Amino acid sequence: MEKFTTFTGLAAPLFQPNIDTDQIIPKQFLTRIERTGYGVFLFNDWRFEPDGSPKADFVLNQPEYAGASILIAGPNFGCGSSREHAPWSLMDFGFRSVIAPSFGDIFYNNSLKNGLLPVRLDGNIVADLAAKAAGAEPCRITVDLKNQTVSGPNGLTASFEIDPFRRYCLLNGLDDIGLTLQNESDIAEYEARTDVARRFASV
Amino acid sequence: MKTLYDKIWERHLVHEDAGKPSLLYIDLHLIHEVTSPQAFEGLRLAGRRLRRPELTFGTIDHAIPTLNRNLPFRDPIAAQQVATLRANCREFGVRLYDLDRIEQGIIHVFGPEQGLTQPGMTIVCGDSHTSTHGAFGALAFGIGTSEVEHVFATQCLQQDRSKNFRVNVDGGLPFGVTPKDVILGILNVIGAGGGAGHVIEYTGSTFRGMSMEGRMTVCNMSIEGGAKAGLIAPDETTFEYIKGRPFAPKGDAWDAAVEDWKTLVSDTRASFDRSVEIDAASLEPYVTWGTSPDMSVTISDDVPDLSDARDAGEAKAFARMYEYMGIEPSQRIDQITIDTAFIGSCTNSRIEDLRDAAKVAKGYTVSSGVKALVVPGSMQVKKQAEDEGLAKIFTDAGFEWRDAGCSMCLGMNEDILQPGERCASTSNRNFEGRQGRGGRTHLVSPMMAAAAAIAGHFVDVRDWEFRD
Ligand code: SF4
Repeated sequence: MEKFTTFTGLAAPLFQPNIDTDQIIPKQFLTRIERTGYGVFLFNDWRFEPDGSPKADFVLNQPEYAGASILIAGPNFGCGSSREHAPWSLMDFGFRSVIAPSFGDIFYNNSLKNGLLPVRLDGNIVADLAAKAAGAEPCRITVDLKNQTVSGPNGLTASFEIDPFRRYCLLNGLDDIGLTLQNESDIAEYEARTDVARRFASV
Repeated sequence: MKTLYDKIWERHLVHEDAGKPSLLYIDLHLIHEVTSPQAFEGLRLAGRRLRRPELTFGTIDHAIPTLNRNLPFRDPIAAQQVATLRANCREFGVRLYDLDRIEQGIIHVFGPEQGLTQPGMTIVCGDSHTSTHGAFGALAFGIGTSEVEHVFATQCLQQDRSKNFRVNVDGGLPFGVTPKDVILGILNVIGAGGGAGHVIEYTGSTFRGMSMEGRMTVCNMSIEGGAKAGLIAPDETTFEYIKGRPFAPKGDAWDAAVEDWKTLVSDTRASFDRSVEIDAASLEPYVTWGTSPDMSVTISDDVPDLSDARDAGEAKAFARMYEYMGIEPSQRIDQITIDTAFIGSCTNSRIEDLRDAAKVAKGYTVSSGVKALVVPGSMQVKKQAEDEGLAKIFTDAGFEWRDAGCSMCLGMNEDILQPGERCASTSNRNFEGRQGRGGRTHLVSPMMAAAAAIAGHFVDVRDWEFRD
């Protein structure tokens, strides 16, 4: 997993409540066999007309938001199904962090497992950030995981909470596998002690 | 004083740290074509291998056709998923039971049948109905794609401990009441979210008296109650079922295994965080009427009306379900007519399920206008049913007799309902669109599904005139 320490990027506002995983990545794209390459399908039904042409009024289609990497969203972002394709598609598109007042539970956890930082901030602050991001001058925002702060234009800063263990994993770029492999000797010892393959008659 | 769950948990604990999830060793990892490709790709990108490829077994079930499997698949995506699984298994050294093998079947039918599923194990699969294997006193649960990759690479999983929930059912089952009705009845009592955060242990004489097939049906639907897993302590019935199967321990190893398995019971005074008691005599054949598996009534009952809802939220949910299901409040359940009957899925596709359904079907003909499908859980079940003459009973009665696969349980192949079509199904989920967009699913037992196929509407199988 990619490390997340501090990150500065262009913010894109999508400040509506209850953006569910079916909107983030519609189910017709779940049959693919890859884990990468979902960025082109991100928000498919909002981004594209049925004939595949881009909808000009959708925020991510506007030229001033090209290269956006921080999404400012409304409450309950990522509610719905457990598909990991949701964080995969956001990251593949180029997002590193989503800032919202609240998140769907599974989406929140799936994001952390994939190196996408979900930041929970007070609704008024998020609304403020969204307004600034939507203003005449697109703005850059810094998300600092070490100090657990978000800073935006005009000296705006806010601090956020995150589970200390998950924070540690992100700071060190430890995906769950990397983390478990730190206990390699425990695993090897368990295997030596229990002879794990003994249960199956060899066929 | 420990529960069965506590004992299995402790046996598999590799590492524990305060404030972090624990590391649990996984004894058996089952894979299929739909949820594994991204996990294999993850390994490839990170340059990793499977830590213990000999503990992983694959088969093909979800997206395959159940007719003409030897022809090229009509669905290119299914074809690609299957081809990918084959290539991945070859590259990473995983044993795959492909479509040309008699062992092939739905992953949760395959594991027990091959003797891979054994008491006291930890078993995972990228599929929520992995809870099926709990019937053997194994801790078995479904996992997400990142976790599949995690097990590939480490043979472990990071897990938080669940709470213990005991569901006790005592007494013999009345005629016409099957294990499917037992679990539908339990879900009716505990609710679709009732088991959240818990592992359910099913105890009591009703389960002791059940075959392994019946126990698997019960444990299969633990997930429909929101539980992490379901468990039934192993006993002589369990040992008898496993003995002699291909991967079961042999000789001295068998005796040692049985000695060990006998210790896998909850201590008499073990404490459970929650308990529910049900009297088997109170159970009847159930039919679900809504779009959640706990929304069921007995066959002698009516669809509930709005005044039966517990609160305004539930009333709203009821209203939506009436509309989606195309039924009326207070409608008699046995007046609901069906278009399709599906006998199959990892819940009810084993030999006993087919025997039950065939008993009802014998000497009858499927109602005109009803499409009825029997999809055995594995090619071995298929063969056995043919040898026992069940297949002939079905085909004589006008049922279609298919090859093994998930089929209409989730409609990833061509076996799907059309919008508005109504199905008596022995599967486990009646969610909106589960069996096809706009499809209407009523969950029932194999006997009830066969009877509905013949009558054209739901009927009480306890009143059935058996012709043999
Ligand atoms: S039969 Fe249905 S529930 Fe069972 S594994 Fe297949 S799709 Fe899942």
